[in-house]
Amino acid sequence: MLTTAERRTAIGTGLSAFAALVVFVALAVYALFRPDLPPSQTSFWTPYTMRVLRFTLLQAGLSTLLSIGLAVPVALALARRPRFPGRLWILRLMAVPMGLPALVAALGLITVWGTQGMVNDLLLGFGLDEPVNIYGLGGILLAHVFFNLPLACRLMVASLDRLPGEYWMLAAQLGMKPAVIFLRIEWPALSRILPGIGTLIFMLCATSFTLVLVLGGGPAATTLEVAIYQALRFDFDPARAMTLALLQIGVTAVVLAVLSLLPAAEEASVTTGRRSRRLDGRGTASVIWDAVMICCATLMLLLPLGAIVWAGVRADLTGLLTSTAFRQALATSTMVALSSSIAALLLSVAIIGARLTVRETKTPGKPLLALSAALGTAPLLVLLVPPVVLGTGWFLLLRPLASGSSLTAGLVVSINTLMALPFVIRVLEPAMQEHRRKTGRLTASLGISGWARIWRIDRPALIRPALLALSFAMSLSLGDLGAVALFASNDFVTLPWHLYSRLSSYRTADADGLALLLGALCLVLTLIGTSGYERRGNSHG
Amino acid sequence: MGNILEAPEIRLDAVELTLGATRFRLDCRIPAGAITAVAGPSGAGKSTLLNLIAGFETPTNGRVLFDEKDVTPLHPSERPVSLVFQDNNLFGHLDVFTNVALGVRPSLRRLGPPEREAVSAALVHVGLAGMEHRLPPSLSGGERQRVAFARVLVRRKPVLLMDEPFAALDPGLRLDMASLLSQLHRETGSTVVIVTHDPEELRRLSTHVLFMDRANILLQEPTADFLSHTDMPMVSQFLAG
Amino acid sequence: MGKFLLPLIFAVAFGLPAKAQDQVLTVYTYESFTADWGPGPKVKQKFEETCSCTVNFVAVADGVALLSRLKLEGQSSQADVVLGLDTNLAGEAKATGLFEPHGLDTGAISVPGGYRDDVFIPYDYGHFAVLYDTETMKTPPASLKDLVEGDASRKIVIQDPRTSTPGLGLLLWVKAVYGEDAGEAWSKLRQRVLTVTPGWSEAYGLFTKGEVPMVLSYTTSPAYHMVAEDNARYQAAAFAEGHYIQIEVAGLVTMSRQKELAKEFLRFMMSPAFQDIIPTTNWMMPAGETAEPLPPAFDRLVKPAKTFLMDPAEVAANRQAWIDEWLTAMSER
Repeated sequence: MLTTAERRTAIGTGLSAFAALVVFVALAVYALFRPDLPPSQTSFWTPYTMRVLRFTLLQAGLSTLLSIGLAVPVALALARRPRFPGRLWILRLMAVPMGLPALVAALGLITVWGTQGMVNDLLLGFGLDEPVNIYGLGGILLAHVFFNLPLACRLMVASLDRLPGEYWMLAAQLGMKPAVIFLRIEWPALSRILPGIGTLIFMLCATSFTLVLVLGGGPAATTLEVAIYQALRFDFDPARAMTLALLQIGVTAVVLAVLSLLPAAEEASVTTGRRSRRLDGRGTASVIWDAVMICCATLMLLLPLGAIVWAGVRADLTGLLTSTAFRQALATSTMVALSSSIAALLLSVAIIGARLTVRETKTPGKPLLALSAALGTAPLLVLLVPPVVLGTGWFLLLRPLASGSSLTAGLVVSINTLMALPFVIRVLEPAMQEHRRKTGRLTASLGISGWARIWRIDRPALIRPALLALSFAMSLSLGDLGAVALFASNDFVTLPWHLYSRLSSYRTADADGLALLLGALCLVLTLIGTSGYERRGNSHG
Repeated sequence: MGNILEAPEIRLDAVELTLGATRFRLDCRIPAGAITAVAGPSGAGKSTLLNLIAGFETPTNGRVLFDEKDVTPLHPSERPVSLVFQDNNLFGHLDVFTNVALGVRPSLRRLGPPEREAVSAALVHVGLAGMEHRLPPSLSGGERQRVAFARVLVRRKPVLLMDEPFAALDPGLRLDMASLLSQLHRETGSTVVIVTHDPEELRRLSTHVLFMDRANILLQEPTADFLSHTDMPMVSQFLAG
Repeated sequence: MGKFLLPLIFAVAFGLPAKAQDQVLTVYTYESFTADWGPGPKVKQKFEETCSCTVNFVAVADGVALLSRLKLEGQSSQADVVLGLDTNLAGEAKATGLFEPHGLDTGAISVPGGYRDDVFIPYDYGHFAVLYDTETMKTPPASLKDLVEGDASRKIVIQDPRTSTPGLGLLLWVKAVYGEDAGEAWSKLRQRVLTVTPGWSEAYGLFTKGEVPMVLSYTTSPAYHMVAEDNARYQAAAFAEGHYIQIEVAGLVTMSRQKELAKEFLRFMMSPAFQDIIPTTNWMMPAGETAEPLPPAFDRLVKPAKTFLMDPAEVAANRQAWIDEWLTAMSER
């Protein structure tokens, strides 16, 4: 329902955003393949590479299945119990892991699950004589579930909460049993978003690095990302690093392609119906099951976070908060997080806008359809290009033009933008789509366009999802460490970097305190991102 | 389609309910086998009245009676009631046939030939022959409401509750749907309660009226009496549209 | 939108001009050297008092990143002095051709094992050592053999030689002691290894969280806890075979336009003024004379009976093969 000019602008803007992405990545790759850099010393297709590749796919696949499989019952329980005590806070807490540097989370997990952790203390108390050892594939899966179950859960609950209230009334009236409700109502809603969530989690796990090494128990647990890091940082073999990175992209692209062949569920057209509380699940067994599910997930989340808090409060927090170094790091991190998340938001809007426009086109033709497909996958594949590769490539390119903190700032912001893109798109796309469907015809018939439409029609409806997406992106950027490793300069220090540097000079207590502050910051961001949801959640139907 | 069960008189006996800051006190009789319109300004509690009858809300005090049977403790699925909303009556990802079939058998078991025939017959009855495999998003608003009617038919419940079922349709379509409703009512003789904002619809369809304001029932009387109640400013305002 | 976005970010980011001053000495180093609590600020202050110049530190993550950074920049590097490579990296660093002989008298510097070089000057050193938690471990291993063959339920965390210098240090240590049998030794040691971390920080974090009673670190690590925290809980185990040494070095960059100033800095680095700063900020042993005696805690540190140090060229030539050997031994199921 757009004018031709508007269609052209929408597709053009999306195309530009897409081109910017591709060029950004391609230039970095080109820079690392430059002939004046040393050619690769070692042979590439070794059994080692194959083993690493196999393990990467195995752990990423299992992590994805587990994270999603466990998130489904939790999300169903949370959606079924809109008045569960502390529900909003549980959902907010679920945003915190994302903002934590991997090492901080790993140490929190170990306090609970480690050889000297709470779980083992408990088991030993019950008479078990050998501590349970999580190091190995089990530890990796545990950590990945800790990071990704909350992510999957938040996205699923959001999708279930979007179902119209009439559905629950009809289900109650028709006397649908829980299994029928699941198969007829809940599963169709979830299955629409599962491929998206699945690919996102798969890629996050495939590129996992610190968690895999720390909890993997030994070099049998090595991902391609480790090999890339080794090739670039330790061996300085850019050609090998690039080849590995391309292998990572290629193989994952194949996995994604196979996934995309799965029959996609029909997009249901529902209007935002009346709010209604859920009428199903009144039985005692159902209440107990849901409560157990929610409590288990919350405990799984809360215990490691609690360990981080417990360690953190014993640090000299006032000393940390008042130190110049902390305040500078906070300012830097905030600047980076704000600019990269806003950039990611704008890019996402452009990309989604173009996709929706293509979808609305009556006879799109092959080139347009191909463009739309590319726009759908490109932001995801960007996740697979290791930040250290992007950073190094761009460092090489820009070295002659700039130096110091300005270079670092520009690079870190750009790389964080790319990393946040898939998350922002996940959050924003359903909201934008629904908004289009509701207002598209009306705005077209009233002839509202341009800034007037953005300000008067789009802004009020999309401000909340946009805030949510921003808070996602900012948390992600706050926890990021990878992008700065090679070209950090002493006047550009982010919070996780600050934390690591204290850790690397014996100051573990300070690092614990900083981890607490970082986690608190993420929670504050989520509070801002989810403000206003409380009223909606509690309204009467 | 023939008479189903004996259509009951619905009674709300000193029903009390508190939702947020609103306290409802409802006491009324809805005559058996008639079409009763529920009217009143928005926020008057019309949907809540339907929810109480359907069992989506449970009163804190008082009873809901179908004839002399106390249905207050019954779950919505145990009450002999069908519902039609303004929108979202159909599960968007299920085809027309399945949406209607849910009224026969909400479980996952396959339908037998007689049941499948009943579903198709109901679709023919509402004028949607051959549309079994269409998905709701591809239907017009009126067609979607017809599917909802077909489901009501196969459910064969003696009470039909409708919450502004035609409000989202344009005027011509509303007329068609109203006559379809009248026709179905003549055939089934069920007790129908319809919430409406449209005075024309009220005149055309109902024989009785419940007029509500601020969580109270102000009037309950035959439609003819209600139409002459123009001395009440609220009523005349409503009738003016 | 997208078409303007990235250029815009870069324009904003790079628009800020760098502060220009004459007589600026650019020193590339690693991050913990320049941290508030590291030696950097004091070194800068002391040197600037004498040189009428400005010291500009450019810091990267660690010694390995330092070398990568130099390789990336090549001839266009702005560095005058590079400080923070270790002897294992020295061979590769020299091969880049980015360093030139300093031509200075290094008589003031002496490190165990007697490392001497015409390009790189040591400024501090430490021996790799297994640290243990005295609260949970009463009898630490007394030798590398003890560690390899001891009770497998008493675990240790080590670092990955593919990604960290201590990890590489242990690899060379085992190689130096076991030679041809290193692979077999690793197969045994594997039973005791709780996990292998990418870097020192992760391993040390696990250790101080009480997750594991032993960690690979330095003989000087207990000094930090004793001096800064007044805590003698963590101690290094003295190994009968001897310990592998890590020597940190600095060198003069060929492209430097201020070689005299750079040499002045290297001379200053060898003097007590610089060496005094090292022990309690970098927590390593000074490579030269100090004006003041070391804190008493340093007397309690393990003093290795024997020092292992392999020729950097040998390390460079065999590193990949040894890492492969390690990988094979450590990945057995």
